[in-house]
Amino acid sequence: MKLITAVIKPHKWEDVRAALETVGVTGMTVSEVSGYGRQKGHTEVYRGAEYDIALVPKIRIEIVVDSDDVEVISAAIVQAASTGRIGDGKVWVTPVESVVRVRTGERDEGAI
Amino acid sequence: MCYLSREQSGLMTPLVVPTSAGDTAWLLISAALVLLMAPGLALFYGGLVRSKSVLNMMMMTFGATAAVLVVWVLGGYSIAFGDDVAGGLMGNPMQHFGLSDLVSGKADSWLSVPVILFALFQGLFAVITGALISGAIADRARFGAWMVFVSVWTLVVYAPVAHWVFDFSREGHTGGWLANSVGLIDFAGGTAVEVCSGASALALALVVGRRVGFGRDPMRPHNLTLVMLGAGLLWFGWFGFNAGSALAANHAAGLIFATTLCAGAAGVLGWLAVERVRDGHATSLGAASGMVAGLVAITPSCASVTPIGSLIMGASAGAICAWAIGLKYRLGVDDSLDVVGVHMVGGIVGTLGVGLLGSPLAPTAVAGVLYGGAPTQLGRQAIGVVAVLAYAFVMTFIVGKVIDKTMGFRIDPEHEVSGIDLVVHAETAYDLHATAGARSGPFGH
Repeated sequence: MKLITAVIKPHKWEDVRAALETVGVTGMTVSEVSGYGRQKGHTEVYRGAEYDIALVPKIRIEIVVDSDDVEVISAAIVQAASTGRIGDGKVWVTPVESVVRVRTGERDEGAI
Repeated sequence: MCYLSREQSGLMTPLVVPTSAGDTAWLLISAALVLLMAPGLALFYGGLVRSKSVLNMMMMTFGATAAVLVVWVLGGYSIAFGDDVAGGLMGNPMQHFGLSDLVSGKADSWLSVPVILFALFQGLFAVITGALISGAIADRARFGAWMVFVSVWTLVVYAPVAHWVFDFSREGHTGGWLANSVGLIDFAGGTAVEVCSGASALALALVVGRRVGFGRDPMRPHNLTLVMLGAGLLWFGWFGFNAGSALAANHAAGLIFATTLCAGAAGVLGWLAVERVRDGHATSLGAASGMVAGLVAITPSCASVTPIGSLIMGASAGAICAWAIGLKYRLGVDDSLDVVGVHMVGGIVGTLGVGLLGSPLAPTAVAGVLYGGAPTQLGRQAIGVVAVLAYAFVMTFIVGKVIDKTMGFRIDPEHEVSGIDLVVHAETAYDLHATAGARSGPFGH
């Protein structure tokens, strides 16, 4: 079992969700996050005063998947989230030790 | 204020003015419109601060509304509009205590509206002027200290200044020195309201000091839609402020409606033009600010200019204020919401503007320099600006310092950083998370 974590541009979220649906992903956790990478922040001007806003809003998607599905799902996210411009985000995969479904008590692969 | 003096209107006021139903109806509506400016200002200011201090910002306006009105009924109105007792500097502070002498209507003979209505209409001007000051001390003032300040300030600063500027002499009544001896034309409060609040804000910002992180942290407006809504309500209420100051439903009120509309519109364009050239973008905050700047400038001049004059007035104020608000960073004064840059500067533009753009055809019938008039009126306007600015600054500084030394004006720096709403009011403005916690304490508390 693996945890796929993706940080993407907010306006690509609908595309990524649609792509995940086509490869059979039925559930995920999504959060609104902020951060910065090579894109850096941006500048806002209020009454002539410039503010450097370091943090850029992003969407973080977390999906626990069967190890065999990792490549397909990761590829689907990368393809759907890409604009080719700086700030598109990242996708990374980490191992997961165990999973329990709260309602039934099913464990590991059966709980995914 | 407000009402045209005998010389200005060119009419001899009869000794007994009959009450006019039309005038009374318009002033009732106007007073309510001015009251609406208070929540308008609260929204305008509330949106400009960070989300952790929006409630305190709005509470300073609501608190001022309550405190100033009470103080006004007890003593403020008497100091402003009582018979002069100090060579044009202040009225008899006990004359209209509790407005008791205005209850029967026997005192109504000098106005075409009930004097008790006039008294409260004037009280609402004091409310707005006092509440405006709070923008200079956003995020960091103790609420109790603010309430004491705004109450004392109403008696010590606003009421005397209103006496100087708005209290015209009449048969059996001596008024203030700027209105009667100097001949200042300040129809609805360019000096008494705008310069007075701006100069007081500057003094109080100096007394209270800069916010933690001023000039370093991004202190962004947390909700510009509230700012736009507040600005819209202010413009709406301003018709009561300016056109209501005619104290009559007549031609002057109609012209003032036109100049107030024109100046607000031109103010938006003036401010946005500066922003577009200087910063590259026309912003929503710029539109709201420019509107207010234009309205500030037309406040003293609304009965003195033509519609074209009001367009020039509004556009100039919008552009000049857009430039002036940057000065606080150079001077290192944390006038947080630019009360000085918008109200003091805009008030000066509008008050001096009477001497430049005054039209002989307008109700005040004074030709400005640009209409071929002598510079005399410009000089009178300048005396009014300097006198009010100096008095409001010095007295506010003293009142603020005394409160700071005795009660303390500022909250703990740690609390300021974590957010004043929670510490001072035990509330948070926005419940954005459903997991905030469980109820403690007894039910029915």
